[in-house]
Amino acid sequence: MFGKLTWDAIPWDQPIPLVAGAVVIVLLLGVIAWVILKGYLPYLWREWITSVDHKRVGVMYTLLGIVMLVRGFIDAIMMRSQQALAYQAPGYLPPEHYDQIFSAHGTIMIFFGAMPFMIGLMNFAVPLQLGVRDVAFPTLNSTSFWLTATGALLVNISLVVGEFARTGWLPYPPLSELAYSPGVGVDYYVWALQISGVGTLMSGINLVTTILKMRAPGMSYLRMPIYCWTALASNLLIVAAFPILTATLAMLTLDRYLGFHFFTNTAGGNVMMFVNLIWAWGHPEVYILVLPAFGIFSEVISTFSSKPLFGYRSMVMATMFICVVSFMVWLHHFFTMGAGADVNAAFGIATSIIAVGTGVKVYNWMFTMYGGRIRFATPMLWSVGFIVTFVIGGMTGVLLAVPPADFQLHNSLFLVAHFHNVIIGGVVFAAFAGLTYWFPKAFGFRLHEGWGKAAFWFSLAGFYLTFMPLYVAGLLGMTRRLQHYDLAQWRPWVLLAGLGVVVTCLGVACQIIQLVVSIRERVELRDEMGDPWDGRSLEWATTSPPPAFNFAVLPDVRGEEPYWEIKRRAIETQQLADEPEYQAIEMPRNSPTGFITAFFSTLTGFALIWHIWWLVVVGLVAAYAVFVWFAWRDQDEYEIPAAEVAAADRERRRAREAWLRANVRVREPA
Amino acid sequence: MTAESSHTDDESGDVAPGVEGPNIRAGVQGYLIGLGLAVLLTAASFYAAGSGLIWGPGIPVALIVLAIAQIGVHLAFFLHITTAPDNTNNVLALAFGVMIVALVVGGSIWIMDHLNQNMPPMEEMLQMQR
Amino acid sequence: MSGSQAIPATHARDADPYKLGRAPYHGAAGHGHGGEPTGHGAGGPAPKRVIVGFGFWIFLLSDIVMFSAFFAAHAVLADSTAGGPSGKDLFDLTHVALETALLLASSFTCGMAAVATEARSQLWTQVFLLVTGLLGLGFLILEVQEFAHMIGIDAGPGRSAFLSSFFAVVGCHGLHVTAGLLWLGTMMAQIFVKGFRPPILRRLLCFNLFWHALDIIWVALFTIVYLIGAGA
Repeated sequence: MFGKLTWDAIPWDQPIPLVAGAVVIVLLLGVIAWVILKGYLPYLWREWITSVDHKRVGVMYTLLGIVMLVRGFIDAIMMRSQQALAYQAPGYLPPEHYDQIFSAHGTIMIFFGAMPFMIGLMNFAVPLQLGVRDVAFPTLNSTSFWLTATGALLVNISLVVGEFARTGWLPYPPLSELAYSPGVGVDYYVWALQISGVGTLMSGINLVTTILKMRAPGMSYLRMPIYCWTALASNLLIVAAFPILTATLAMLTLDRYLGFHFFTNTAGGNVMMFVNLIWAWGHPEVYILVLPAFGIFSEVISTFSSKPLFGYRSMVMATMFICVVSFMVWLHHFFTMGAGADVNAAFGIATSIIAVGTGVKVYNWMFTMYGGRIRFATPMLWSVGFIVTFVIGGMTGVLLAVPPADFQLHNSLFLVAHFHNVIIGGVVFAAFAGLTYWFPKAFGFRLHEGWGKAAFWFSLAGFYLTFMPLYVAGLLGMTRRLQHYDLAQWRPWVLLAGLGVVVTCLGVACQIIQLVVSIRERVELRDEMGDPWDGRSLEWATTSPPPAFNFAVLPDVRGEEPYWEIKRRAIETQQLADEPEYQAIEMPRNSPTGFITAFFSTLTGFALIWHIWWLVVVGLVAAYAVFVWFAWRDQDEYEIPAAEVAAADRERRRAREAWLRANVRVREPA
Repeated sequence: MTAESSHTDDESGDVAPGVEGPNIRAGVQGYLIGLGLAVLLTAASFYAAGSGLIWGPGIPVALIVLAIAQIGVHLAFFLHITTAPDNTNNVLALAFGVMIVALVVGGSIWIMDHLNQNMPPMEEMLQMQR
Repeated sequence: MSGSQAIPATHARDADPYKLGRAPYHGAAGHGHGGEPTGHGAGGPAPKRVIVGFGFWIFLLSDIVMFSAFFAAHAVLADSTAGGPSGKDLFDLTHVALETALLLASSFTCGMAAVATEARSQLWTQVFLLVTGLLGLGFLILEVQEFAHMIGIDAGPGRSAFLSSFFAVVGCHGLHVTAGLLWLGTMMAQIFVKGFRPPILRRLLCFNLFWHALDIIWVALFTIVYLIGAGA
């Protein structure tokens, strides 16, 4: 009846996951009870769960990313504290538990922390920057989000029901094959990633189509804000790379479920083929994460330096160059596999070349700041911190791109320090920069500056204190994923890294306090006018938060930095442009399709993991039924009457006029 | 209904892939030409593989050339991908996809080939020791 | 902010037919749209039909990339027969030719259905879609027969890495055809109940693309897996 699922699946003998799971369940039930008792459920259902508005979906993505970042960070605390204690001692985490933790840490951070965060910001900001009303396929967008949430849910269920993979964040065979991992851990990994991968792929298709086919009148390719360019490159990579992940994991699944021999040791299977294919996805994935991060920094640095981005066209070229070359370097993740000197050399050179594109960007950012009137607000601090940190990470990366050096450093803590250096310094810093930058646009009030700055400084210091010692430990020969160790030379560095995590903890605490304080002081922090940072691109042309339709009339783009142009003209002429003629707007209707699909995918995924075949059939039939039901609906749009649009836009114009009167005299003409 | 199905989409100068022309006769004609060419190329492939007409080692090359030609025929006559300005996006996307396919397949074969030379699979190594 | 004026569709094209934004640049302010860089989207968001078609095109390309991973696996594992039967022993090219013929014919009838849709003929659209579905079903039956036969003579996917990759890549295509048939049935019901509404026309366009793309993948399949596999 329930396949492999029995009461033994719950780890009764392991207090840590049990207590942690119980706490999470109690918290979750508490939140649900609070929502129901307060009567918020209809509101949540109407305005968020079934919402197909790209802004709402973006916010939910980002929220998922934040929650999962914290979840992954708890794993990090456990790993660092285990290593701090486990010098010539067993520590407090048994090996089979420790292995699950580092696997879950990587999986959660990449797939459910960084990815949703980046996709969320893109979802929120890109249509606004393009000056349009929504993404190309709004309902699909909501479905994408809910499928990603399904994946995150499955990974977290593995905490208390069964186990997670003990294979590392990429389940290399033969360890991940049935013979060596007979439990459900790898199955949790595979199905969580397959389901969320479908969501990510659809979101990629959605944003590519949005950027290429839906832009405000007059916005040619070379007038798109740089963030849209990086989003385009990133989503092209999603479209091109995630199918490879799907195929590779499908092959592993076939091995595990149906006795195929893709990656087994027997019957001619080839273990190395998995490594090859997974990195053909894995390397582009790095750029899927970091390209939008580059975009965020470009926007932030330009805005807070009060200057147009230096070298916009070279930035575009560098972005697309990285987009293409990122598909030609994947072998550098397995130089040591033994493909030989010529193959290694080719990929080593390609890897060094890709750094050129990034180098161009770093110089462009610095020249953007040069001579600008820089305002060191929180997003700008994250950006400057990024430039310094990322250059260090990039240089260690170029070092690792040299095959002989890589043979020494492969799988050492040096490598661990390197990729944390680029992913924290690049992606996580960008996530927080973007969060602070666009938060007022999403919610209508700014985040508290003081706590934001404190969070930045603690995070920056915590980062350096954690990972610089790991570089050293790696050079001293310490390998990754050690549950315990006996070498005295490593110990001080491991302890230092542990101290770094404590400092980072303070940073995380400041972030949470910042959110709470900002929400409590939202009246003082209100963004009345919709342009809190003196911005340059179109998202700042509308109100904060924007109306459902984003723009009452699609903006008329006449050059790069269209909003800056509008603002300059308003200041010059001391008045706003003439009031346009308002028309009724058609917007897509909310739809529970995404949520229902995700519900059945959760069931199907869970059933597949535990071999509950009847439930798999039920889930698939239900999915088909949802598809038909969705296809059958007659009305997919509703109309916002012209009067309502006019009222909303007149209010926006009043705020702008007030701002114009208050500010025009202190500002120098451009 | 009529506005949606207009073929020219003048406003944006864009056309979706696979969009039909307005003319029934021209439409049928296009598919017939495509079908004819595809049948010819398929027949040529099967014939080339089965007969001794082509020098043995050249057969795979000939087959791949024929397959690429046939894929081109399908793209042009069935999917209506053209070189017209209104198709730029479609062609660029296709080019990107072809590039990725070439990189993934070509790269994998190259890498795994070298790997197998340097580190033959266990069974082959055992054979060599014999 | 001024309103979006209606933009004449013609003038941008002459200066910059491929709309890459290379037209002479007259500075940013005050000139309206004449002669400025345009690029796609010069007239604002594209019509829904273009958006849907293009989005589906991108999806198809991603699907082809997924197949390319299976093809890569097959290329690498084709010789790993582990002492089991090879393609030469197993493939019946007449059978494959028949499958190819069915699928090619279904691609043609699918195109005919599109022409009939363009002529707004319910009857012919349904007839051609039905024929397409039947041809697809015939293809699927042949494929299942082949698989059953192979598994019957102990040449199933568990026999060797070569057969694993064979079953995966051909089976993946077969799954796509199955999904296509389900979709086809849904489409026929939709046309029957709702007629040629814009959303249904868009879905038919996507279905056409999907079905033709399956044929393209089959061309790669019969060439690389069957013909080259049987010769090697």
